[in-house]
Amino acid sequence: MKPKIDIRDLHFATDDGKEILSGVTLSIMPGEILCVMGLSGSGKSTLLRCVAGLTTPSSGEIWIDDDEISRMDEDELVRVRAKMGLVFQYSALFDSMNVFENIAFGILRGPKRDENRKLPRITLIRMVAERLQQVGLPGIEKRMPTQLSGGMRRRVGLARALATDPELIFYDEPTSGLDPVTAASIDNLIVQTRDQRGVTSIVVSHDMGSIFRIADTILMLYDGEAAIYGTPDEVRASTDPVVKQFVSGDIQGPIQVRRR
Amino acid sequence: MATKPTGRKHPEPPAADGARDEPLSEIESAVEAVEEVAGEVVEAFEEAGELAAGAVRGTVVGVLAYLGEVGVLLGHALRSLRRGVHVGDLVRQMAVVGVDSIPIALLTTGFSGAVLSLYSAGTLSDYGASNFVGGIVALSIVRETAPILTGVVLAARSGSAMTAEIGSMKVTEQIDALRSMAISPVEYLVVPRLLACLIMLPVICVLADLVGLVGGAIVAATQGVPNSTFVQSIRLFLQPSGSDIYQGLIKTVVFGTIIATVGCREGLESEGGATGVGQSTTRSVVISIVLIFVANFFLSFLMFDQ
Repeated sequence: MKPKIDIRDLHFATDDGKEILSGVTLSIMPGEILCVMGLSGSGKSTLLRCVAGLTTPSSGEIWIDDDEISRMDEDELVRVRAKMGLVFQYSALFDSMNVFENIAFGILRGPKRDENRKLPRITLIRMVAERLQQVGLPGIEKRMPTQLSGGMRRRVGLARALATDPELIFYDEPTSGLDPVTAASIDNLIVQTRDQRGVTSIVVSHDMGSIFRIADTILMLYDGEAAIYGTPDEVRASTDPVVKQFVSGDIQGPIQVRRR
Repeated sequence: MATKPTGRKHPEPPAADGARDEPLSEIESAVEAVEEVAGEVVEAFEEAGELAAGAVRGTVVGVLAYLGEVGVLLGHALRSLRRGVHVGDLVRQMAVVGVDSIPIALLTTGFSGAVLSLYSAGTLSDYGASNFVGGIVALSIVRETAPILTGVVLAARSGSAMTAEIGSMKVTEQIDALRSMAISPVEYLVVPRLLACLIMLPVICVLADLVGLVGGAIVAATQGVPNSTFVQSIRLFLQPSGSDIYQGLIKTVVFGTIIATVGCREGLESEGGATGVGQSTTRSVVISIVLIFVANFFLSFLMFDQ
């Protein structure tokens, strides 16, 4: 089977020459959930931003289906982004809009706006209600983002990402800062979304419990390189001291937190 | 510090006359000391000159680069216009940018017209030329005071609001959220604000012209210039074609472009949380106002220079 996302030898350096990603290569199959873990500053979010076309890598290739997106301009990316949904770490809900408008926004203004503009109002209301039902928050359409808790905001963020029926969903630290029960419910939603819609997902996280609950494959980044790339069982069984220390959360080991 | 060679040759001390050796060597060492100091001064001046030249070069390059970036954003916004504009967004921005700014723009222009009238009526009446007051006030208001005050008030009130709003969206990843949804931030955020400024600034300026003249007429009346004389003087001084008024309005179109483009550019480039947004907002107001005054000079030179 052909990979849905294929990343080849991806490099990214900041303007001042600091190497953030140093040759990352991986393939994600359709319907797969890849979890990317690593220390803060290890390049997880940069990798996600590159794949979502929000950041241009220094070199390497990013293939999504048959499109190499790393050198595309904003106009060309529109077609690829129509397949994507992004769930941001702090939700990034539009705070001048209520929940309904946030979710309907992508439908009415996104790449399919010309066809969706003709949708009857009642259909739009039903579509938004359906997405909110899916994330377990029915009936909150009229609330403003500031009136929602952190967990609810993440769910609304997911509902917004789901609004345009994406084939790919990228999650940036979806459970950080949430209580364990709410975090588990978000994990459940990620898996459920994959099971029901067959979406391919990349989840950036350093919540080990969450990662082992949902991942089909795990990539651990360390100093911009893949410390390990394999199944959860392979990660658990790894004898690499860096991987072992990260998974167990030991202070002692090759990872020196102080120098970061 | 290294001594700069001066290229001057020292006179050789006379070898034959031993009695005069001592004073000569003192003179020589004094000359050497003076040369050393002179070399240091020259070197210091050279360094200062290089630093100043570097600073000027850096500033000029920086200003040109900034204007280039603003120009690119403006070009992008104008290209995006081909795809149309969302009417709801445009109307909302026209209300925020324009309607809400009308009271403060009218207040400032009304009082400026009153002050202009106060000065000119007092002075001209002394020379028996009080029938010129209306014309002088009108020319000042429609060509200069109303357009520039409208621009400055809108830059301070609406330009800053644009930067703060877009900047907050930038630092909370809402701009990235737009891009990830295949919605162009330029199309969604910049175009309606630019159009709103282009439409509303001339409208506010026309109102400001009127209120400025009314303010002038009221004060002139208190100084002994009847309203009929004031109005007649306006008719005499202003071009019958209305070109003075149109040219004032052309200025506001340029000012509107500056306010919207700089306001949005600073917002889109905001970084670093609340502090960064605050700094961008300050920068936006300062840059807009400076550019408005510079543009005003060149526009006045082009349009009114006889």
